[in-house]
Amino acid sequence: MSTIRVLVGTRKGAFVFTSDGARKNWDVAGPFFAGWEIYHVKGSPADPNRLYASQSSGWFGQMIQRSDDGGKTWNPVGNTFAYDGETGTHQWYDGTQHPWEFKRVWHLEPSLSDPETVYAGVEDAALFRTTDGGQSWHEMKGLRTHESGPRWSPGAGGMGLHTMLIDPGNPHRMYIAISAAGAFRTDDGAATWKPINKGLKSQYIPDPNAEVGHCVHRIAFHRSRPDVLYMQKHWDIMRSDNAGDTWYEVSGNLPTDFGFVIDVHAHEPETVFVVPIKSDSEHFPLDGKLCVYRSKTGGNDWEAMTNGLPQRDCYVNVLREAMAVDALDPCGVYFGTTGGQVYASADGGESWAAIVRDLPAVLSVEVQTLP
Amino acid sequence: MIRVAIPFHLRTLAGVAGDVELEIEGVATIHTVVDALEARFPALKGTIRDPVTRKRRPLLRFYACSEDLSHEPMDAPLPDAVLRGAETLIILGAIAGG
Repeated sequence: MSTIRVLVGTRKGAFVFTSDGARKNWDVAGPFFAGWEIYHVKGSPADPNRLYASQSSGWFGQMIQRSDDGGKTWNPVGNTFAYDGETGTHQWYDGTQHPWEFKRVWHLEPSLSDPETVYAGVEDAALFRTTDGGQSWHEMKGLRTHESGPRWSPGAGGMGLHTMLIDPGNPHRMYIAISAAGAFRTDDGAATWKPINKGLKSQYIPDPNAEVGHCVHRIAFHRSRPDVLYMQKHWDIMRSDNAGDTWYEVSGNLPTDFGFVIDVHAHEPETVFVVPIKSDSEHFPLDGKLCVYRSKTGGNDWEAMTNGLPQRDCYVNVLREAMAVDALDPCGVYFGTTGGQVYASADGGESWAAIVRDLPAVLSVEVQTLP
Repeated sequence: MIRVAIPFHLRTLAGVAGDVELEIEGVATIHTVVDALEARFPALKGTIRDPVTRKRRPLLRFYACSEDLSHEPMDAPLPDAVLRGAETLIILGAIAGG
């Protein structure tokens, strides 16, 4: 029987949950790296026991931790993230130019084929790669040095590179997203990048067709159909059918089109999950009711999935890295909240139960489906 | 021998329970002490100084002999009492944050 391993990053440490395929009874291990912010934990698709974690602290800076035994033990690896060449500047909050400064690693994306190779998305936005299991990190500077770089500006949470999707059929193609620059695509293994933001509409941006400057919160695809992208933007759920060249809105009947997470069912490429959040300054579920919305039509038609989720007095948020799906059938869906709950559905979103309720605020959730 | 006190989270990373004692070749300065700390405990690399700029991390301070050395040049010799092992060089995390 398959085993499910859920990797959770929180404001005060990492946790690893395991269960059998029934996904009813969970073993909870942790906290690992207690007291540190764990932005992201992710396993290698090529070696599921190889895990990487981004551990950071306002006092002590950035650490990268690696496990070779599925999260039982961890060892620190390289933590030097030096921008390659001239650092350059980007737009600051007051409109002036501000030098790029490394702050932390937001996202770790292991290679699909090599457990030693991992991409790191960092703040201030740049892409790094290790090919030696995390011992050394080297910037792939084609992204940061894109001609639009001086026009990138940080969102309220910083200018982080948070989303990375590697095309399973074409290792030279990758999508990334930056708050608040927008989405980008490379077709040459990260040497050069193209902004892919046509069709995004962002209120208050003077030029509605701006090449960059959009607050993209998250992008997702189904691995069988990597040209079809779904996006949760600051406002609007968007869809692209041509690898991001153009986008159109599929928010449809959602009660609010703001939110952070978006993910795609493991076996149904047209089934998409989001968690609507009330914008702009409140950032909690509408009317205190936590709802996952599911579309089985690739967007536009959404249904509220509430069975097992709190429908009163719930004022948590669900952050951009905090949703994932497993590969079992029926598909499992998982998300974590800033209130410390991690909810799981073993039936494609029809019903939900909390695995834990009282963790520190959840920053990221990833899932591994193990044979 | 130089005695160094490091913050709780760095003791955990280094796997030590109390103060650390280090032998420093040549002039003992904050830089050479941190170099020696990082050499003995590689997990601490980059946690006290930014690994690229080698500047003190903003929320860490250096104290010895009841003096705040945080704004002294990091390549200045440490006080005699620290060099003799009579006083501890304290690396302290700011009491701040949540």
